[in-house]
Amino acid sequence: MARESKVLRIATYCALIIFSVAFFLPFYWLITTSLKTENQIFRIPPVWIPHPLKWSNYTEGLTFVPFFTYLRNTLIISVSNVIGALLSCSLVAYGLAIIPWRGRDFVFFLLLSTMMLPYQVVMVPLFTIFTKLGWIDTFLPLIVPSFLGNAFLIFLLRQFFMSIPKDLTDAARIDGCSELQIYRGVIVPLSKPALATVALFSFMGAWNDYLGPLIYLFDQSKYTLSLGLAMFSSQYGSYWGMLMAVSTVVTIPIVILFFFTQRTFIQGITMTGIKG
Amino acid sequence: MKRFKRTSRIEKVNMRNGLLFTLPALLGLVGFTLYPMAASLYYSFCRYTGLKPPVWIGMGNYEFMLHDRLLREALWNTVYYTVFAVPLGIITAFALAVLLNAKVRGLAFFRTIFYLPSIVPVVASSVLWLWILNPENGLVNAIIEGFGKILAAVGLPQINGPGWLADPRWSKPALILMSVWGVGAWVVIYLAGLQDVPHELYEAASLDGATGWQKTRHVTIPFMSPYIFFTAVMGVIGSLQYFTQAWVMTRGTGGPVNSTMMFSMYLFQNAFQFFKMGYACAMAWLLFMLIMAATLLIFKTSARYVYYGGR
Repeated sequence: MARESKVLRIATYCALIIFSVAFFLPFYWLITTSLKTENQIFRIPPVWIPHPLKWSNYTEGLTFVPFFTYLRNTLIISVSNVIGALLSCSLVAYGLAIIPWRGRDFVFFLLLSTMMLPYQVVMVPLFTIFTKLGWIDTFLPLIVPSFLGNAFLIFLLRQFFMSIPKDLTDAARIDGCSELQIYRGVIVPLSKPALATVALFSFMGAWNDYLGPLIYLFDQSKYTLSLGLAMFSSQYGSYWGMLMAVSTVVTIPIVILFFFTQRTFIQGITMTGIKG
Repeated sequence: MKRFKRTSRIEKVNMRNGLLFTLPALLGLVGFTLYPMAASLYYSFCRYTGLKPPVWIGMGNYEFMLHDRLLREALWNTVYYTVFAVPLGIITAFALAVLLNAKVRGLAFFRTIFYLPSIVPVVASSVLWLWILNPENGLVNAIIEGFGKILAAVGLPQINGPGWLADPRWSKPALILMSVWGVGAWVVIYLAGLQDVPHELYEAASLDGATGWQKTRHVTIPFMSPYIFFTAVMGVIGSLQYFTQAWVMTRGTGGPVNSTMMFSMYLFQNAFQFFKMGYACAMAWLLFMLIMAATLLIFKTSARYVYYGGR
């Protein structure tokens, strides 16, 4: 029995290590390719450890594309999305979880059912609406909707707010607090982890979004990182060293963000798995 | 009497507050979902270029679908992708979660390794995989050829890597392979589920003389079925709308010979490149129906295998 479990343990570790190598290898290849000379990139068999390191892929890649313009645009959109999502989703979730009112279940149901709707259905009419508003080729179509709630994030926050003991909000009400005061004084301070998850998800969503910018942005000076990288890749598809350098630079902020917010990330993902 | 009046006043105040707090979502619901849905349905019966007002043509767009060969191909590609990518993703994620649940040291490390790919910006990972799957200089084929040489050395036939995105027979498997790399979020979900399986159940099973496989089959899998069900539904909904990776990796062409032309890509082309916005809307409604049908199918069949503990 003991021997069998020992064999099993060793097998488990072996399997985990093999899988880890397979999952990590693409990252290794991304970074090493970004440091290779043209010569090393196309050599067969492949060069595993580049020598010398060609750092100029980075300097050249980042000047080849207006990288800092793209970065600024992406940051403007992503940060606005975070603010929009935090404000709107928390207020709406409060209205759906804490205030008892007739029709709230209906609104909640309606909101949930929109999660089933593929974006493609509303894509064309939204484009028409934004054209009429004169918002095409501005960041507005990519920012304003985030201030009007997101069904998934509202759902996440509502579930969290529901778990807060009712006694707390009732006590505040007896003390004469208004709903807005309860929201700010009781619910928001207690919900920091859930709000952090919402902030993280909306930031990632906006940072990684490709379809939205592809539809609404035309002027290259307004491109986001995703759009810029895709365009760069299709125009200079054979400059692999530079492409990998730019891809690395687009990826690194997200990886750093992950390392600082690991717990929130993991919590958020498990919350979406709807426990219980 | 007085009391009754008071509650109704509170009800009124609550109603007002409730509406005020949910106002952003109500506006979004009407302005960005319900109205666009109605408009999209209307456009789907129209010839609409986006420049001139839509012209009613009845079932025209839907009839055209029946003769549109590219649409049929795009539909086939999308279904092919979904049918392989979702189950493969579930199996891989489940296997990884079971391994991680074996009380291993360095759980955080392994979990991070498996999770990282799923947070990489989609465009960056698409560009990266374009390079990794490069038929001549790509990492994947270099590894396959390395194994091939070992095989050849011991007298077995040498194998070579396929053309991946350059070969219509291998382009869809290439996209599926890349999607499996990104299942980290599911691993995290499954791991959370596995850690909730009551220990007593395994102990009871052991006492009854169950083997490891029997425990997996009769304890773990039933307990995990709601999680698997959840990821299956989300996975199918997402896969049927698959767009960005295929679009970026084929530069919007869906090549070679339309083997990676996905339904959403063709829809996008119709809407924003050919300006057949009415037709694009009709396609979107077809997609919606398809998603509803697939979801319903999973829900219906799930009654047989999804087990909710104690419910």
